[in-house]
Amino acid sequence: MTLPRGRPLTLLAAAIVVVNGFFPAVWILLTSLKSEAELVSKPITWWPRDPTLANYVQAFTDQPLLRYLGNSLAVAVLSTILSLVVAALAAYAIARLNLRHRQLILTCIVASSMFPLVTLLVPIFQTMRSLGLLNTYTALVLPYTVLNLPVCTLVLVSFFQSIPRDLENAAMIDGCTRLGALWRVVVPLAAPGVFTAGILAFVNAWDEFLLALSLNASASMRTLPVGITLYQGEFTFPWPIISAALVVAIVPVAVLIAVFQERVVGGLTQGGLKG
Amino acid sequence: MAQVELRGVTKSYDGKTTVIHGIDLEIRHGEFVVFVGPSGCGKSTLLRMIAGLETISGGEVRIDGRTVNDLPPRNRDIAMVFQDYALYPHKNLYENMAFGLRLRKTPEDAIRERVMNAAKLLRIDHMLERRPAALSGGQRQRVAIGRAIVREPKVFLFDEPLSNLDAQLRNEMRTEIKRLHQRLGATIIYVTHDQVEAMTLADRIAVLSAGHKMQYDTPDAIYHRPAALFVAGFTGAPPMNLVDCELAQGAADLGGVRVPLPAELAARGAGQPALKFGVRPENLRLVAAPGDVPVPAEVSLLEPLGAETLVTLKVGRAEVVARCPASFREPPGSAVTLHVAPAHLHLFDAASGAALH
Repeated sequence: MTLPRGRPLTLLAAAIVVVNGFFPAVWILLTSLKSEAELVSKPITWWPRDPTLANYVQAFTDQPLLRYLGNSLAVAVLSTILSLVVAALAAYAIARLNLRHRQLILTCIVASSMFPLVTLLVPIFQTMRSLGLLNTYTALVLPYTVLNLPVCTLVLVSFFQSIPRDLENAAMIDGCTRLGALWRVVVPLAAPGVFTAGILAFVNAWDEFLLALSLNASASMRTLPVGITLYQGEFTFPWPIISAALVVAIVPVAVLIAVFQERVVGGLTQGGLKG
Repeated sequence: MAQVELRGVTKSYDGKTTVIHGIDLEIRHGEFVVFVGPSGCGKSTLLRMIAGLETISGGEVRIDGRTVNDLPPRNRDIAMVFQDYALYPHKNLYENMAFGLRLRKTPEDAIRERVMNAAKLLRIDHMLERRPAALSGGQRQRVAIGRAIVREPKVFLFDEPLSNLDAQLRNEMRTEIKRLHQRLGATIIYVTHDQVEAMTLADRIAVLSAGHKMQYDTPDAIYHRPAALFVAGFTGAPPMNLVDCELAQGAADLGGVRVPLPAELAARGAGQPALKFGVRPENLRLVAAPGDVPVPAEVSLLEPLGAETLVTLKVGRAEVVARCPASFREPPGSAVTLHVAPAHLHLFDAASGAALH
């Protein structure tokens, strides 16, 4: 039997992507289980000789990691929900209504996501300061929402366009308003798209550093990415403890993606129409 | 049950191109009306305007005397069955049918009763837990009809509901829809491009072409007294023979062959610059009956269908099709005489397409 042409190359490419993606995460996990002494010993040990959870205990006691976790969760969840609601309405309008210059609107949305964050930092900071919102969840939720809108909208537009119009028409004849048809029929059927956009928005907000550092500097409002930088001292760099904190930061995202992955893959729209 | 009136209804998408031209129609209580026409004639657009899915550019749509032009679909008290079924894929059959009732805050036990009744009527009561994906095309269309029935709407709208089904299933469902109408006595507006469906189902048929109403009458009248060339050519399979002719001494001259016309018909045709002569294939017979007019012809093609044979014949310069008994065996080239009753002859003004009867 001969392999289809290009098959080994495809597998190699896939392997490179998987290793490239997973190696750092696995390495961080392994590091978090090693003692400081083992980490610097030579030759390098791949598997921890003497696995320990002490780094985790220290990660939570050295810094208020739980507080950071809570802040990150609040900011990411709130901005994700807000992004999805606003993006769904915008995407529906673009996908369905007879808008003039639809293409131009889409182009503008894409273009708006191309500003480097650094150029936006000062104006955002000034705005939040004059609104008295520095060191609040709102200070991060609003800009995260705005920054996530373009990608969420684009993802949802393509999913909404794939849903047959007659399903909405049926819902409107059955008794829904246009918005009702959107929430009761279109959004549930676009669930894979909604989850995809939601995961993107959540991860973007969860990982964001620059705004979090600049807008919410007070200890009680720090998010994880900012908090994790504080483990290092002037002369010390406690890799195992930082790794433990990083694992704590990675786990919620990994769980989120694992849980929703099936829903993203599921083909919910099958069977409502002919064919 | 309700009556529906269309008064001078027009539709234009950009203010320039008009796709529906001032249509007047009146649909009575409990009547089964079919909009029929080729694709692009505006029949679905007209139905969607009644449903509220398309805006009305001009004129008025009235349901039970109330103008509904500006009412959203949900407030028009109509139910619609779509060509593609449009079942909610994320809901099971029960929930698909119950959805409209839930939105209208119907009590749960009333919902259950109505859904079960409709499901029994349509013989889908054993599969209510399934999702649409698990059903065949015919079953899906039944659910779509069930979803409309449970609402007990004033008017049922059907948008080419059978065109995605195979031929056998289409015939079965057609019979079922007809029975359903007899049983529910509901007002139904039904859109199709299939003239057989239109003839078999309708109390009255509206024939549409290019956004114009060509004729609105009973199937019998549409078939036997077509008001326009388009209607004559659209109905029947094969359709009416339509041949250019000139009027000469009270007869239609088909290029060498003269067919005498009834005096009244000849009088109507006199003075028209261009005429079309029409006769249905089944009215061209091989055996003469008293009063029949003879038409000399030459056989050119036989198409046996089993129960009968379609024979293409040369009459003068024109070609016509006659529906003959299956026993007809005359080879191409042989001369035969056809017979036709004068009452079955039609004349049309070729320029306007209007029938002269």
